[in-house]
Amino acid sequence: MSVGAVSVLRLVLRRELTLSFRRPGQLLQPLVFFLIVTTLFPLGLSPQLSLLRDMAPGVLWAAALLASLLSMDGLFKGDSEDGTLEQLVLSGQSLTLIVIAKTLAHWLVSGAALVVVSPIVATTLAVPVEAFPIMMLSLGLGTLTLSWLGAIGAGLTVGLRRGSVLLSLIVLPLAMPLLIFGANATDRAIGGESAAGALYFLAALCVFTTTLAPIAASVALRITLE
Amino acid sequence: MSTARCRLDVDQVHVWRGDRHVLRGTSFRLDGGEVLHVWGPNGTGKTTLLRVACGLLRPEQGTVSWLGRPITTIPADYQSALAYASHEAALKGDLTALENLRFTVGMKRTVSLAELKETLEKAGVGACADLPTRVLSAGQRRRVAMARVLAVRAPLWLLDEPYTNLDAHGAEFMSAMLAEHVERGGAAVVVAHHDLALGCAVRRLELAA
Repeated sequence: MSVGAVSVLRLVLRRELTLSFRRPGQLLQPLVFFLIVTTLFPLGLSPQLSLLRDMAPGVLWAAALLASLLSMDGLFKGDSEDGTLEQLVLSGQSLTLIVIAKTLAHWLVSGAALVVVSPIVATTLAVPVEAFPIMMLSLGLGTLTLSWLGAIGAGLTVGLRRGSVLLSLIVLPLAMPLLIFGANATDRAIGGESAAGALYFLAALCVFTTTLAPIAASVALRITLE
Repeated sequence: MSTARCRLDVDQVHVWRGDRHVLRGTSFRLDGGEVLHVWGPNGTGKTTLLRVACGLLRPEQGTVSWLGRPITTIPADYQSALAYASHEAALKGDLTALENLRFTVGMKRTVSLAELKETLEKAGVGACADLPTRVLSAGQRRRVAMARVLAVRAPLWLLDEPYTNLDAHGAEFMSAMLAEHVERGGAAVVVAHHDLALGCAVRRLELAA
């Protein structure tokens, strides 16, 4: 009779993905934002290949962080506005589990999607093809970590009417290590050096947030619901 | 469900919202086979009481107990025993009525699509099962929400203004649903502005301004 943890994960993931794909416009927004912001730099600075290659890691990373933060605001907001969040909280299932499923679904349609289109952006910034695997791996780890951080922020700001700016103010300072190590990994990959050190740091941050952020976010949600 | 034991105790609950003392020592006890009608003017804390009863809101003072145990100590057990219908229909506009039920009811118990469809039929919205709920009327959305309450098969129902937006036929269905639930040994707390004519015993709790 009772529903197991795996079924809950599957059910919430499926619900979130179905909802996302019913609104393809919203789904594309972070991707288009990412593409446009990164094209601004060559236009504004200089189309010189060596210069582009030098600033590519920073531009890629800053744009990726901002793009995935863009949609973070809606993680719990929609559910909170139409009352379905209360139903989720009262479902008798672990709220932490629900938060994990919701955040993973959000990452799949934002962060993972950014990783997939990142080679296009990297090409316009003159990043050599050999650096793509490391760049994509670091972006994958980084955006997932950011999604976990964002879940805490979204949980804290869900009750506010204009919480998106506050959300950025909460999450961006925490995301600075990601930018440092992520851009460093990409930079080293472009230079043909080993990026292992930076990648280890990114992976550690990812594991750290994956284990603790769902708990923090569910507590934040419970508090704001009261 | 006839064997389901059912006892909700709300004991001396106090809630402040900012400076306002909304609930001032409200108490009630509800056993299986009973309906409690919470009644009173706007702004007297009817919805607040319901949110306290379902555990969404923690009272500053007082306890809510289910089967004699405080609900804060048995949150998962208590939540699986209750069906809450808030003032909003709590439906995802982009999902169909059937999908909405599948996700929310599916979190509480394993349920087949055929059974959910049947429940929607029973609530008079079978024809809307495959329509996104954003195109439904307010009354139809309310009926879908009622179908959810029905499909969860919980012994305790907490309903906030369940009659809102319902036509005469819908209100009749709502009352019949409640009466049937009570007959099977279930309990319900209903917030409503008007008299409940259910054909079964209804206790009244009046909240004063």
